[in-house]
Amino acid sequence: MKQIGRRRGVVIERLFVALCLGAVIVPLGLVLVLLGNVLSDAAQRLDWAFLTSFPSRKAALAGVYPAFVGTLYLGFITAGLALPLGVGAAIYLEEYERRGRLANLIELNIANLAGVPSVIYGLLGLGLFVRVAGMGRSLLSGAATLALLVLPIVIMASREALRTVPLSLREGSYALGATRWQTIRQVVLPMALPGILTGSILAVSRAVGETAPLIIVGALTYVTLLPDGLGSPFTALPIQIFNWVSRPQAEFLLNAAAGIVVLLGTMLALNTTAILLRNRYQKRTY
Amino acid sequence: MVTAGTSIETERRRMTGSPCPAPGRLRESSVNSDVAATKFRVRRLAAWFGSQKVLHGLDLEISNRRVTAIIGPSGCGKSTFIRCLNRMHELVPSARVGGEVRLDQEDIYGPDVDPVLLRRRVGMVFQKPNPFPSMSIRDNVLAGLRLTHQLDRASADETNERALRSAALWDEVKDRLDEPGGGLSGGQQQRLCIARALAVEPDVLLMDEPCSALDPIATARIEDLIHSLRERYTIVIVTHNMQQAARVSDRTAFLLTGELVEYAPTDRIFTAPADKRTEDYITGKFG
Repeated sequence: MKQIGRRRGVVIERLFVALCLGAVIVPLGLVLVLLGNVLSDAAQRLDWAFLTSFPSRKAALAGVYPAFVGTLYLGFITAGLALPLGVGAAIYLEEYERRGRLANLIELNIANLAGVPSVIYGLLGLGLFVRVAGMGRSLLSGAATLALLVLPIVIMASREALRTVPLSLREGSYALGATRWQTIRQVVLPMALPGILTGSILAVSRAVGETAPLIIVGALTYVTLLPDGLGSPFTALPIQIFNWVSRPQAEFLLNAAAGIVVLLGTMLALNTTAILLRNRYQKRTY
Repeated sequence: MVTAGTSIETERRRMTGSPCPAPGRLRESSVNSDVAATKFRVRRLAAWFGSQKVLHGLDLEISNRRVTAIIGPSGCGKSTFIRCLNRMHELVPSARVGGEVRLDQEDIYGPDVDPVLLRRRVGMVFQKPNPFPSMSIRDNVLAGLRLTHQLDRASADETNERALRSAALWDEVKDRLDEPGGGLSGGQQQRLCIARALAVEPDVLLMDEPCSALDPIATARIEDLIHSLRERYTIVIVTHNMQQAARVSDRTAFLLTGELVEYAPTDRIFTAPADKRTEDYITGKFG
């Protein structure tokens, strides 16, 4: 048996560490460069007026107000649609139908749906919600499409969270004479809630950044009114950014950069909320 | 009362051949006139996990308001046996039960029996303490009752205190009832689980190796608690620890590979076992 030299082992390990470090630094550096670039552009346009103005033909006067409000509405309605459906589906799959043939079929479908490109969801939304259901190019159509898009993520995150609740706690509850629903309600859900919330908010923050499905469903690019109900036409930040980027005039690129910063800020706020919520509920849970 | 006690004592001596039972037991036995009544009558009880048969037709009777210990090596079916007494066994997917278990004459596997209601009469304490982490100490105790009752503040407090006192935990936690149950020590958590089981006022308390995760001091407290509870409850305790079985139980059943080898008064099991395998097990030749 030939012994591998200690020196050689050390060299290989150093190389490996350097490689790993590189794998962290390169993407991080790229993001920073990108962010710096966007921020320097955005700084010329981003102010309070930008947030509270309607779009305009003159770049310097244009703002993201309707798009920002539209994005917030979309986020909330998407969450309102996707959370009950997703958590309900997860509870059914984890707690009621663990290994039936139906569960296997549903599971396979969910895994596949998570990999479907978002454009396809846009087409589905256009066909199903806008045309067949007759909801038109409305806020509700957009939110429903986004809800479909993130549903697989919500379901998978919720199932993961439900799975972390130990069997011993469920048994403790059953032994007290709790029914299955009482066990879920009293013991399982409170423990799984932080995980469910985190996963769901991350999913919604992904939905908020989606562009393609909204374009297909028919979000407008030039909106001079705020949405006044579920049925009203709408726009959203990614759409507005897309629109500005495709303008020939260079000044609109600055608007796009400022819009990107607003969108990033919104997503960052959502993610922070997710972390805060998780920490708050975890404190109660020992 | 004294005469009743004497007659039971004589009977016990005759049956067991042991010189003298512990005085505490005798006094408690004499208090209850119906102690000898049968609580569980088990006939040809068989249990499976999938195609694997883990209990091979057990027959035994469990006396009312007595402590019955189930001993045997790992994997002999002790836990499965007591989980058949409150129908927890069937919660495992693919698990099946055959034979008959009667609780106070009633077949608990009968078509009209709701396992949820049965489990309110037959409480259970598990090997690993499992207080609900999202609930305070008080909410843990009341968790079972809240399933069925709207509790007002006063009766909730009363039940809470009574259950915690019964579980000998009240003095240690009375000032921090709103703190999470998971913050207690292991032994306290286990007594909290006992309090939680007692709060729904069951007839029977099943204990599945309740002390195996505890240190000797916490174990001694649980054993004292079992002594004090036997006046009011029928207790079936699974244990790995033969000294524990000898200390706390009135009768002991020895299980081996899913079969009942011997079931007799505890004194006799440990002093004059009838079966060679029992003797080998309690003298530590295997297991």
